[in-house]
Amino acid sequence: MLSKRIIACLDVRSGHVVKGVNFEGLRSAGDPSELARRYNREGIDELVILDITATIEARRALAQTIHAVARELFIPLAVGGGIHTEADAAAAVEAGADKVSVNTAALTNPTLITSLARRYGSQAVIVAIDAKKSGDIFAVYARSGKTSADRDAVEWAREAEARGAGEILLTSIDRDGTKSGFDCAMTAAVSSALSIPVIASGGAGTLDHFVDVFTTGRADAALAASIFHYAETSVRHLKEHLHARGIPVRL
Amino acid sequence: MIALIDYKAGNLTSVRKAFATLGAELYDPAFPRDLERAEAIVVPGVGHFAATSALDGGWTQAIRAHVAAGRPLLGICLGLQWLFEGSEEAPECPGLGLLRGRCYRLHGNGSLKVPHVGWNSLSLARETPIVKGVASGSQVYFTHSFVAPVTDDTTAVTEHGEPFAAVVERDRVAGVQFHPEKSGDVGLQILRNFLDAV
Repeated sequence: MLSKRIIACLDVRSGHVVKGVNFEGLRSAGDPSELARRYNREGIDELVILDITATIEARRALAQTIHAVARELFIPLAVGGGIHTEADAAAAVEAGADKVSVNTAALTNPTLITSLARRYGSQAVIVAIDAKKSGDIFAVYARSGKTSADRDAVEWAREAEARGAGEILLTSIDRDGTKSGFDCAMTAAVSSALSIPVIASGGAGTLDHFVDVFTTGRADAALAASIFHYAETSVRHLKEHLHARGIPVRL
Repeated sequence: MIALIDYKAGNLTSVRKAFATLGAELYDPAFPRDLERAEAIVVPGVGHFAATSALDGGWTQAIRAHVAAGRPLLGICLGLQWLFEGSEEAPECPGLGLLRGRCYRLHGNGSLKVPHVGWNSLSLARETPIVKGVASGSQVYFTHSFVAPVTDDTTAVTEHGEPFAAVVERDRVAGVQFHPEKSGDVGLQILRNFLDAV
């Protein structure tokens, strides 16, 4: 049976892992290679390196960091943040990324999804969607949650799939960094509408939050950062908890 | 020396890196005749079956000659599917035809998602050199929508609503549907087994 994936996100700025609350107030959480090694030992299924300041400061994903992490790991590695063009994606892939994640650039120029899928295959293209509840819908935001994109998350995710995205990384802006639980309603709404996998992100605080997002949230994978960075929860402990509750995981 | 055939179906950085870690020397054959000096051939690839049409003609002949000479071949992902007679993904493109059967799209029985993306387990159907040291139930990383049928050549089976061939072997030809270069220690063990056979 296909396992539910646990993905650790390394939010990187200037070569260091940082993690903010609601995208603000960053504090340092360590060296990316060191963290990646630790997660791999604990049985993480996949890693995401996100250059969180890239969009704002117009910086490219840090090839050096990608290279350092990719060199010693043999699990899927995705890279996002600041990927605006095919050339940006190529730089990430050449540095060792298996997948690239596009967010703001895909909203501005949706044909980028198709051109990346043609070049690398859909399995290498993640469309990241940052959204929050707004009345009856889930509203999409661009530029690290700063600008409304005037799109509904379900509708945008469907379009991204049709254009060739292989996975959706869905982050709840309301929950990000709060440790109050994933937005299961939003995740389920998007996941049920798609054939491609949905990675839930934003709000992981307890082990049971992961149980919830894999059951009521219908997520295919769950991503977290701070819960793992500060060693509050080991990946292995989380997986044993999920396994004990009948959720298929790789142990 | 092992030939890695890059027919522009996906990025091969991870495959190269995994083999390099195991100390294997890979080279990029520019022409079919460059396969004459290959001790073994790796055919990787992700994406649409139609991409394998880049291997029609001279490449296919050279690969057949290599296999006929009893030298090892490993197909990865799309490379496994190409070992069969063809695929319903691109009915007009013949496969290499070393293995009997045609590839087909996963049905997603029980409302499962297709593509099949993520870690899933291997059920070993038999003990063979390519899976030496790999425990039945070990998990490996998949990303694909099409599969090869379970036949006498199947060494390991994986289920996603239906059983499909995860590892195939006939004589010195082997194929894996998953990505050994992305499957942690289990994946590296399988690549090591392949290298041991070279």
